Amino acid sequence: MLQVKEPGFFTSVQDRGRFGYRHLGVPVAGVADRLSAGRVNGLLENPEAAAVLEMTMQGPVLEFSDPTFISYSGASMEIFLDGQALEPDQVYAVPGGGVLNCGRIKNGFRAYLGVKGGLLTPLVLGSRSYYSPVTERSQVKAGDELAYTPCTDYTPKILKWSHADHIRERELLAFPGPEFDLLSQIQREMLFSQEFSLAKEHDRMACQLSELLPSHTISMITSATLPGTVQLAPSGKLIILMCDGQTTGGYPRILQLEENALSIVAQKKSRDRVKFCAAGY
Amino acid sequence: MSPPPFRIKPYGPKAVLLEWPARLEMEILFDILGFAAYLKKGRLEEPRWEYVPIYHSLTLICRDEPVNLESLASELRSWYQSYPGPDAIQTRYWELPVCYDPEFGLDLEEAAQILKISPETLIRKHCDTTYRVFGIGFLPGFLYLGGVPDELRLPRKASPRARVPKGSVGLADRQTGIYPQTSPGGWNILGKCPIPVFDPLREPPSFIALGDSIRFRAVSRAEFDLHRIEAEVGVYDYSKKYGNAAG
Repeated sequence: MLQVKEPGFFTSVQDRGRFGYRHLGVPVAGVADRLSAGRVNGLLENPEAAAVLEMTMQGPVLEFSDPTFISYSGASMEIFLDGQALEPDQVYAVPGGGVLNCGRIKNGFRAYLGVKGGLLTPLVLGSRSYYSPVTERSQVKAGDELAYTPCTDYTPKILKWSHADHIRERELLAFPGPEFDLLSQIQREMLFSQEFSLAKEHDRMACQLSELLPSHTISMITSATLPGTVQLAPSGKLIILMCDGQTTGGYPRILQLEENALSIVAQKKSRDRVKFCAAGY
Repeated sequence: MSPPPFRIKPYGPKAVLLEWPARLEMEILFDILGFAAYLKKGRLEEPRWEYVPIYHSLTLICRDEPVNLESLASELRSWYQSYPGPDAIQTRYWELPVCYDPEFGLDLEEAAQILKISPETLIRKHCDTTYRVFGIGFLPGFLYLGGVPDELRLPRKASPRARVPKGSVGLADRQTGIYPQTSPGGWNILGKCPIPVFDPLREPPSFIALGDSIRFRAVSRAEFDLHRIEAEVGVYDYSKKYGNAAG
């Protein structure tokens, strides 16, 4: 068991997401930054869909009841295993009783901790991803015990990745969304010529951007939305729907982000800047 | 070959959007349901493909590879030609109990005043209408119900509540429905349904499907309590007692 001593600011179990229930209003959920989670599972030679811990802003304090191997990636954080500082994107053996102290996140917004074989918390609708109210809670709390299979014998094929470069990236590759054609010429130009900064309203559901486009009165009938859909509210506010984003919405869907662009956005915090780059025109 | 009734729009690298004419009509909804069922049979199969039908659109999402829009669009057009139509759609009719007591119907009095009818008349009209499920989305299990009669059209509340209790039945503009979870909301709250419309531990988690029809049945506080307990211990019979398969 992985025992949660202190939960950190917002820590949750996430896999690749919950598929097949969007038509009932159930968001995909899953890791916000797939690239970073993929690095961790790659080093541990876990299946791509293995569940990891997603840590936001301030990491947790964890105790491993049994030996295993771990790795972390994503945003940089100070992290200590029984007092020894760990490097990102490497595999470390953890003894039974080992205590992992995850500190404050510095560059980026979310860090990922993987365990050999993946976390084995219960599957709900085919996924281990926390998303309330599909799962009981949206984050771990002190005293939680997260299951994993102990492992004492593992020789990684890859010892180390070079640093993740998408953390600092700010260009978001974007395809035209279904309502892109309804934008005015001025709106289109602004969308692709200026930079936008994240507002303080940003979480796993949606990221609002601070700078506005000209307001509009486009009305549409509610239709499907996806992770990575960029909506334009009537006030001119841009909203990027994230992994926990609603499955349907009534605001014009002006852009659809390419998948890796979502990982880039997931590492941004308030006031960080992003820029849309047109793809497929 | 005549063109299909829908437009095909790209929706990022892995999804495609089919849009029928922008009207809220049963005929369109059933054509979408029928065509989706036809595609699922050996053409664009689940779980590789996910389907999100709502109102006048159908979004097809491929889980693994990027889609080749051009070839998919031409396949969709030719499949629509061979699609026999929505004849086989099975929809169900559900009767959902609602307690309109003042304890639950937080805005019932005020809503009746705005509509210039008595609370009793409002309850009766709300229960006399058969509503159609035009979509499920926004939140897990949230139903977009169509068919609210003109005489029940109400504006949203001027300031939304921070916390509308789970199961609350609301009315606003052209919409009525049940809050599947406790959440913020700006609808006028008329009552409460004791039956959870979404339960992640059930398969499928929502017993109501797109295209089904729904009526509300006013129940006493005592019957509300009974159904709540039945639902909690898992003996409320969704399929037989209060719903039927007749459509």
